Amino acid sequence: MKNAFFPGCSLKTPARGFEETAISCARVLDLELIEIPRWNCCGTVYSLTTDDLMHHLAPIRNLIRAQKMAASGAVDDQRLVTLCSMCYNTLKRSSFLVKENPDKLKVINDFMDEEESYSAKVEVVHFLQLMREIGFRQLESKVKKPLRNLRVSPYYGCMLLRPRELAIDDPEDPKVLEDLLAALGAHVVDNPLKVRCCGSYLTANRKQTVADLAHDILTHAVSEGADALAVSCPLCAFNLDARQAEVKNLHPSFEFVPIFYFTQLMALAFGLNPEQFGFDTHTVDPRKLLKEKGLLDGE
Amino acid sequence: MKSKSSRASAERPRKSKEAKGDHRVGVFVCECGGNISDVVDVKKVVNEARSWKGVAMARATTYLCSKPSIEQMKDWIRRVKLDRVVLACCTPNMHRKKFERSFKEAGLNSALMEIVNAREQGSWVHPDDPEGATQKTIDLVRGAVEKAKRSTPLEPMELEVERSVLVVGGGIAGITAALRLAESGRKVYLVESKSSIGGHMIQYPKVFPTLDCSQCILTPKMGDVADSQNIELLTLAKVKSASGVPGNFNVTVSLKARGVDPEKCVSCGACSQECPVSVPNDFNEYMDERKAVYIPFPQAVPSAYAIDFDNCTKCGNCVEACARKAIDLEEKPRERELTVGAIILATGFQLYDITQLGQYRYGKHPNIITSLQMERMLDITGPTKSSVVRLSDGKEARNVCYVLCAGSRDVSKGLPYCSRICCLYAIKQAMLLHKAGIDVWIHYIDMRTPGRRYEEFYKTARDEGINFVKGKVAEVVPASDQITVVAEDVTVNRLIENTFDLVVLCPPICPSRDSTKLAENMKVPLDENRFVLESHPKLDPLATKREGIFACGMAMGPKDIQSTVAEAEGAAMKAVNFLGEKREIEPANAFLGAPQNCNGCGECVQICPVEAIQVSQGKARINEIVCNGCGACIPACPTHALDLQGLTEEQLTAQIRAVLEGSRAETKIVAFMGKGTVYTAADIAGVNRLPYPSSVRTIPVPSTSRLSLEHILQCFAHGADGVMLLEPPEQEGSFGKAHTMAGERKEEYVSKLEDYGVDSIRLWFSNVYVPDWRKLVGAFNSFHSMIEGMGPINSETRQELVNKLEKRNRG
Repeated sequence: MKNAFFPGCSLKTPARGFEETAISCARVLDLELIEIPRWNCCGTVYSLTTDDLMHHLAPIRNLIRAQKMAASGAVDDQRLVTLCSMCYNTLKRSSFLVKENPDKLKVINDFMDEEESYSAKVEVVHFLQLMREIGFRQLESKVKKPLRNLRVSPYYGCMLLRPRELAIDDPEDPKVLEDLLAALGAHVVDNPLKVRCCGSYLTANRKQTVADLAHDILTHAVSEGADALAVSCPLCAFNLDARQAEVKNLHPSFEFVPIFYFTQLMALAFGLNPEQFGFDTHTVDPRKLLKEKGLLDGE
Repeated sequence: MKSKSSRASAERPRKSKEAKGDHRVGVFVCECGGNISDVVDVKKVVNEARSWKGVAMARATTYLCSKPSIEQMKDWIRRVKLDRVVLACCTPNMHRKKFERSFKEAGLNSALMEIVNAREQGSWVHPDDPEGATQKTIDLVRGAVEKAKRSTPLEPMELEVERSVLVVGGGIAGITAALRLAESGRKVYLVESKSSIGGHMIQYPKVFPTLDCSQCILTPKMGDVADSQNIELLTLAKVKSASGVPGNFNVTVSLKARGVDPEKCVSCGACSQECPVSVPNDFNEYMDERKAVYIPFPQAVPSAYAIDFDNCTKCGNCVEACARKAIDLEEKPRERELTVGAIILATGFQLYDITQLGQYRYGKHPNIITSLQMERMLDITGPTKSSVVRLSDGKEARNVCYVLCAGSRDVSKGLPYCSRICCLYAIKQAMLLHKAGIDVWIHYIDMRTPGRRYEEFYKTARDEGINFVKGKVAEVVPASDQITVVAEDVTVNRLIENTFDLVVLCPPICPSRDSTKLAENMKVPLDENRFVLESHPKLDPLATKREGIFACGMAMGPKDIQSTVAEAEGAAMKAVNFLGEKREIEPANAFLGAPQNCNGCGECVQICPVEAIQVSQGKARINEIVCNGCGACIPACPTHALDLQGLTEEQLTAQIRAVLEGSRAETKIVAFMGKGTVYTAADIAGVNRLPYPSSVRTIPVPSTSRLSLEHILQCFAHGADGVMLLEPPEQEGSFGKAHTMAGERKEEYVSKLEDYGVDSIRLWFSNVYVPDWRKLVGAFNSFHSMIEGMGPINSETRQELVNKLEKRNRG
């Protein structure tokens, strides 16, 4: 199965590990993720002003790339797979905007006259939806090293679950990451703050707010018994991982908690090469924990 | 033939040669003291009528409904040997019954009389068109005469009614209804699915606003039920099915095996001591366990233990332990057949499954509980002996938070309605907690405390120091042994977070699951929230839409105990009244007019909205008692085997023809009106004198689903330029899905009209109910303008239509 893939900016820089593990895990599941050519930044934030069509040019242009790829036959359908939650949210909402407003689509198409017209047929999906489609039984069957002893708590953040029209699961009590982690053999720990916002872009100018939120989210998870959290968004990962330094400043008794991308855990369980996992980019090095749990060979 | 002189006709009945037909019809036209005669030329109508074949006499009178006038008509019926009567007067809804009764005294069957509405749908709405109004009256009278000539005498059926009543549900509603019925001397079957009656009320330690001991006021009534000679109590019982007709319901009740003989059991509890099986205790809202042989609570009625055969391992310990030899582990479930005259549904409520609303995290932490769990916790006989503790560690709870509207009044995810009692029971529980020294916070959207002494109760609670915060709770977050509540505080316009030992959720009140299933079995319509639908929300709140089946209490919607008791007493009264009458069934049902044509295909069986038809021995059999005469089955019969009493095919076609043929009106519109709702709307338009063109000629039908394409074509063939089908919407009319079928059929007919050369916009359909009377007049005006603008159907098309119809009839 071949699908068009939109990586987005973070996946090429700080979240390299996220992308590489995702692509290799997908391959294990007979899914080939083919990066669309000449993609640009998704725009990161969906423009809420409905007449501000300039902000939608970026996402729509990406959808045109996907459309072209589908037409060329290089991929099997008109879907565009994303990995970063922000990219998912922005691309999907833009695709809905033009689908429901043909007059706005016309303005955008007319403006981008050097591109082919977008016919509003591309469906934006998140990697987790594909996992659910493939089925967690299938996932389980590819597990070579079950993640026994690892107590991990999923963290969803907001972008995959709100607004309702694009939610990939129940916004108050989603289950897809739990199911996935359980299929990998991990001990899943529920965290009541798993859908609490991480602070998002406040990390730029209101670090303390992010630190407070991260503190709550992390300490709740740990008090429920978690050793680590699994996330699906580079920005969440940054806020929960890199900002732990600020958290420690505010709460000296705070103990660091490793943050994983769920695909890194998948790759670990599938027995893939840990060199590719990108653990070097983490602030809180997760390798110590993995070695303790016997999930990573010591060196 | 023509009369010799119209003046001489005034007093003596005229006999014309033509009157010596098969029938002797008397035509009487009312002047109504000018109300009719100021517009309609009644003399002209009378003269025309005299000239028709079969009319033995025709007369005009000042007031037809007056005593002398009625006596006079009775006299003529006898002397002139009139065998049919046609009246042209005010709406039949005024005096029909009076005329029927009076003429019956003169020996004329009520089915042999027709009334033409010459006032509300005649003179009053065509004040500026006397010529048109007169012509219209003549046309309608002619139609009525032809219809009457083809009518046959009909007698209503009398039905003996079974005197007993089935009450389903043994909570406070069912108990109250059963006791009142028993007091009136009726036999009552009280069916309860649990092993004891008492419902939810027996679970509460106290009731609001008096803070009475709930069990103390309820248990005497339960005792009364046990003692009553007229009440047969069936516990561990569910109604499996109910068939038959109102007044004679055949009910099958399935009874689980109790395993314990209530006559022998003295509730000593020895069996329970020896039982090795423990299961979650539903009476204590699953906060503790009970044994497989159990009594739900000490004051149970019947006062006996029961065996939970779903969990019993049949080890036999209890049999050995029982000194009274009351236990039989081999007892089998059984069924009972009952015949009852009326049924009262009192099936009560259950709480909504609040796990569905993830933000409250119910089920994720033991210290997040429902209000029913708190009731049990507060009860001295409950799982914690009335200590209020954290279920996580058993420590005393110092503070408790109430989340009101946890799912109620929620249009996006929960249920849209208000559950009515939560504000009050939250205050009730808070008062008890507060007395025990616990700090209570109640988060609400609105405090709804109407009702007797409820506002005072609320004020007392506030004065006592119970905390009230206005603003919806956003989420409930477990934090080790405590729970954090995140809420809006609207008064200070801030998001607040507080931590509590216990959080009590107040979920929506829903109809009990069994109640929904039972209602579906009995074809009792439910509303959009699955509560039993009342017959009329204002004027008939305790009857369901099915005759003979009544309802009361929470089954019909959330309410407090006081309202429940009032409803239960009212429902008992409704049942008593219903059982008091001998039932007379109006003769207006469908029948096999041409039984030789019936091939048992069963089309009619599917169509009938009340399932009155069955196929047996290859022929359709219509249950005359259940049939309500809508007529929807008649056009559905592919072999034209079916017909309708009171408006047979022969009558209808003759009426249509007679109304139209020979009319001198330029534009003619036939309006078929559903008899109840639509006809009343037209009458109200008349009372309000709202004018419309006299081209509109009404032919009443039970429902326009009675009509086939042929009837409509006949209208066009015989002179109509437009046909209107006016039908109430399904929820307003009394014929259920027949009303919706009428709309669907119209779509069919419209598509076929073009095949006959008739422009399909000449067929109009609208849904009308009583408040729509202005809209109805608007429809008449618009349609008339449109038809006038289009001009009449050209005579060739009409002739072709006539030919085609004749061919159909011959072939």
